[in-house]
Amino acid sequence: MKNKVVVIGLCMVLLLTAVIFAGCGGEKKQADVIKIGADLEMTGGNATFGQSAANGAKLAIKEINAKGGLLGKQLTLVIADNKSEAAEAANAMQKLVTQDKVVAVIAPIASSSVMAAAPINQQAKVLAISPTASNPKVTVDPDTKKVREFVFRAAFIDPFQGSVMANFAAKSLKAKTAALYIDNSSDYAKGLAQFFEETFVKNGGKIVAKEAYLQKDTDFKATLTKIKSQNPDVMFVPGYYQEVGLIARQSRELGMQMPMLGGDGWDSAKLAEIATPSAINNGFFSNHYSPDEKSAAVTTFVEAYKKEYNSVPDAFAALSYDATLMIIEAIKKADSADSVKIKDELAKMKNFAAVSGSISFNENHDPVKSAVIIEMKDGKQTFREKVNP
Amino acid sequence: MDSSSLTQQFFQQLINGVSLGSIYALIALGYTMVYGIIRLINFAHGDIYMLGAYAGYFATTYFKMSFFPALIFSMVVAAIVGMLIERLAYRPLRGAPKIAILITAIGVSLLLEYGGIILVTPQPRTFPELFSTTTFNFMGMIVNSQQIVILGISLALMFILTYVVNKTKVGKAMRAVSFDTDAARLMGINVDRIISFTFAIGSSLAAAAGILVGIYYNSIDPLMGIMPGLKAFVAAVLGGIGVIPGAMVGGILLGVIEALVSGFLSSTFRDAAAFIILIVILLFKPSGLFGKNIREKV
Repeated sequence: MKNKVVVIGLCMVLLLTAVIFAGCGGEKKQADVIKIGADLEMTGGNATFGQSAANGAKLAIKEINAKGGLLGKQLTLVIADNKSEAAEAANAMQKLVTQDKVVAVIAPIASSSVMAAAPINQQAKVLAISPTASNPKVTVDPDTKKVREFVFRAAFIDPFQGSVMANFAAKSLKAKTAALYIDNSSDYAKGLAQFFEETFVKNGGKIVAKEAYLQKDTDFKATLTKIKSQNPDVMFVPGYYQEVGLIARQSRELGMQMPMLGGDGWDSAKLAEIATPSAINNGFFSNHYSPDEKSAAVTTFVEAYKKEYNSVPDAFAALSYDATLMIIEAIKKADSADSVKIKDELAKMKNFAAVSGSISFNENHDPVKSAVIIEMKDGKQTFREKVNP
Repeated sequence: MDSSSLTQQFFQQLINGVSLGSIYALIALGYTMVYGIIRLINFAHGDIYMLGAYAGYFATTYFKMSFFPALIFSMVVAAIVGMLIERLAYRPLRGAPKIAILITAIGVSLLLEYGGIILVTPQPRTFPELFSTTTFNFMGMIVNSQQIVILGISLALMFILTYVVNKTKVGKAMRAVSFDTDAARLMGINVDRIISFTFAIGSSLAAAAGILVGIYYNSIDPLMGIMPGLKAFVAAVLGGIGVIPGAMVGGILLGVIEALVSGFLSSTFRDAAAFIILIVILLFKPSGLFGKNIREKV
């Protein structure tokens, strides 16, 4: 009996020392690498978005490492899963900045998660850049009205999308009247609708109906019947693909054939599947990039991504790739892996040629860049036009 | 707006409301039956509806079944799951305080929802096209062939249920258990089996609603049962919980009210209207529209 205890005790001591030595070995090796963190939605409700974003970031890092790395060091990406929850996003950020000691972080997809994590990277003075968070409050603290010094984004903000679609409706589609059908449970949709309305009215148009639904609704026919009676030229539905798909299908069934417009929440292959491809015809939405755009930056990126992952990159992948490129560029310019210097370089960035367009940051840390308008044709996303800011 | 287009709109909203309401009615029937027999609000019922939709999805997508076999398949699967839930979660608590069973029901509901997310991912799924849709246009009012199928199947199932409860031996036993469990046991009725049977029927009706909704709206996800479950609960209370015809009328009435509210008032008031109805009924007629003099509860 006693012998057994001694043996077990010895084993534990051995194990412990092994762990300690392994830890030491790791520390030494880490001096030769620059660590970039990714606080992303790897599981949970937004897992597909987060995984795309992680793929985009991995590709950018792989490419730079193949070219010999940065400042004579290789880059590594440390991914922390935030489970698609705001509280977990803060925990993941905490882990990245204190435990992994990363120099910069690819921040979460969702605006609410970025805002939850922001105080932590602000305090640690580590730069965080969200690929897609589009709520204006992400970079400007709504309480103090001050810009969050260490928070950036690679996507354009909601007001811009709303006005892009309003201009498109008024100028390209020659619409005089519009109906708004808003996802009332989402700040994103409400923001888009507000700026659509402002710009559309400024262009001399009229909003004839303003209706709302909630996420997870399935029956829209009652409200659509009401909208139909107002006979608008276009219908603006700035929601997410699941409900938009149902709305498209049910409105076409009720004989409403007007163009439907929306924002980047439409960007999913599921949209046409839920709506049926014919019902989503005559649908247009604004997005950050289109894989069909014939520019050198886009085609090179799409080729490389396809080779690596065997699928066409979506906007999440493209924006996260861009965000990672921007961090790399800032490290290069700063000629140092010091987080504060990287942040200063990023804030000064002008006309950086990224996949999703040429990016300059304004004083609010929002990128000033172009949007693309995508038309749905028989269930396929096709590039319609590019709109410059 | 001239009056003819207003009447036209009114009738269109009526059609929209009845097709939505027949779904509520199918789900409400399960609530009301279970409540009638063991006085339990089975909060997991909305999730059985989700389960039925997924069973139908797998039957049509992977086993390539056509509509009717898939409908039967998903009803059978849901009936088995319903009985299992009753056997594992509710029966051990039969003597426990009501509140304990109620909390267990909420637990089962969460288990099904989030277990579903783990098993089938939260991504919405779409049904294959099972039968072609034709749209009929009567004087500007639009009816879809799927709406007619939904209404037809709902009515047929409700008819079969009424027959089973009122005309068969099992139905008689169910009514007896509902009326007085102890007396029924003394008369030699196997109460546990009857309760099990009630769960099976209620769950299979919810599954039928699930597969109909899946085909009609073409989008299902693991959390799809929450809101319809609550609405069906309102419908059951509206009609008088524990009363079968009450659940049918309550469901269709609720669908029509929702359609009219979002069509003529504002779409933002739609859910508020449903729950205001619930509050008003609980205040003024807690037994519901049909609840008063009917002693026969199942």
